[in-house]
Amino acid sequence: MSADDDTAVPATRPPLRIRGAALRRGERELWSGLDLDVAPGEFIAVLGPSGSGKTTLLRAILGLEHLSAGTIETGGRLVQRRGNRRIGYVPQQRPLPPETALRGRDLVTLGVSGHRFGFGLPNRRDRERVDALVADVGASAFADRPVGELSGGEQQRLRIGQAIADDPDLLLCDEPLTSLDLANQQAIVSLIDRHRRDRGTGVLFVTHDINPVLDIVDRILYIAGGRFTLGRPDEVLQTSVLSELYGAPVVVLRAGGRLVVVGAPDAEDAHHHHHPDPDEGVRA
Amino acid sequence: MNWSDIGDAMFGGMADYGAILALVSNSVIAGAVLGVVGGLVGVFVMQRDMAFAVHGISELSFAGAAFALLIGWDVVTGSIVGSLIAAGLIGWLGARARDRNSFIGVLMPFGLGLGILFLSLYSGRSANRFSLLTGQIVSVQNAQLGWLIAISILVLLGLLFIWRPLRFDSLDPQSAAARGVPVTGVSLGFMLLLGLIVAVAIHIIGALLVMALLVTPAAAAMRIASGPWSVPLLAALFGFVSAVGGILLAIAGTLPVSPYITTVSFLIYLVCRLAGRRRGRVTRERFA
Repeated sequence: MSADDDTAVPATRPPLRIRGAALRRGERELWSGLDLDVAPGEFIAVLGPSGSGKTTLLRAILGLEHLSAGTIETGGRLVQRRGNRRIGYVPQQRPLPPETALRGRDLVTLGVSGHRFGFGLPNRRDRERVDALVADVGASAFADRPVGELSGGEQQRLRIGQAIADDPDLLLCDEPLTSLDLANQQAIVSLIDRHRRDRGTGVLFVTHDINPVLDIVDRILYIAGGRFTLGRPDEVLQTSVLSELYGAPVVVLRAGGRLVVVGAPDAEDAHHHHHPDPDEGVRA
Repeated sequence: MNWSDIGDAMFGGMADYGAILALVSNSVIAGAVLGVVGGLVGVFVMQRDMAFAVHGISELSFAGAAFALLIGWDVVTGSIVGSLIAAGLIGWLGARARDRNSFIGVLMPFGLGLGILFLSLYSGRSANRFSLLTGQIVSVQNAQLGWLIAISILVLLGLLFIWRPLRFDSLDPQSAAARGVPVTGVSLGFMLLLGLIVAVAIHIIGALLVMALLVTPAAAAMRIASGPWSVPLLAALFGFVSAVGGILLAIAGTLPVSPYITTVSFLIYLVCRLAGRRRGRVTRERFA
């Protein structure tokens, strides 16, 4: 399913190459036989109900969890160690507590120098790097305020600044738009889109709602019902394709420039079991 | 006891203040070092939400010291052994916050009970008994003071070494792991340093009061600052002022040192809390 035209770029070291990946939880096999190549600058959305192993896939790419089978290579190297600074990681937006003793720019600083041992006296190189990253994600106006005072969208800009600190080849985003309003969702998406076009960073973007990224996404990996399908949005987001994937009648509707998946029973079920957050779920 | 007795207890030593100060100068140095290092460690105790763990470690450290007293060992060694066992157990069994708190809740009364058992069996000077619980720095011998200072400096060096990865792991554990920070090693390293500094603090302000130097100064600093430099610097300063100020006030009279240290550190917190109120109100309005 992976060898289509998008991945035929003659890159010697693709940002991500997954072969024969499988994931099981106890007795249940979530998916198997997953082959995925992410080309430089490619934007792939990962969709599917909660509990379908999307976050685990990202954590496995980072070396923080193990797959049941298969291999993962990032930048031409087999994933073996825990954590990887060649990969940027943007976690789900969780508001930081108001009293957190941290300024906005310190979040970015953690990405630049947080992994280094020693106390780290302030130095100009790191400061300039942080300044550049803060400006890059449009956070200069509020970077010196305590993070607890910043809005969700402002915090998420800074998290992206942290994730791209080492100019990674691959950016993993785990539901980065959750609990953001529409304007902030658009701002974050266009920030990531601009970055991957400018820097050739491959993006794997886990999301419940395809609409915010529908205009820019290159391919979609849709995981549901113990299977997956991978392809261009117009190939995947079809009533027949998703009905077969879910093993249940599902309707894909386009209305007012938005795309809606109606009647995905597994998604809603799993959603209520695993996520108390009412904001989530494929918009239906 | 009437007011003049209380006055005597508090200020009776004023006439000989210089002579007393000369006698306890090593205690002042030990207090100063503990104040600074305790303030710095406290910043991470607060960020990692481990105030309760500090209390748990100190109770087991007290049990270790009481056991050493009973069998005639060195009490500083005993307290360190107790501390490290507690810190190791908490670090090993309580990786997640909820597990940790329930485990500490189980460990704490056990440690305190053991310590009281050992003290009850101990037949030596009774003044030694209470000093482990409520502290009496001025009665610690010079050789032991040297050890306490050396251990504090060791903790300081260890803390400076793991400072940035520890900070990353404390503030943003998910991203720290993703970026290859050895989060398990850093966490266990911090537990080791925390255990050591708690063992030192027991001898200076007592097992029941260690929070006054390991939690309060950092909590105060975080009310009024949020920068990566200002918070640890203020926490170290507040710890220093509490410890040294408390000792200097105490030697004017005949009362123990600990209540002075806890009062000074509490007053600093109170002032910071009032001064930081404006910031808190702005925050709440933004989130409303």
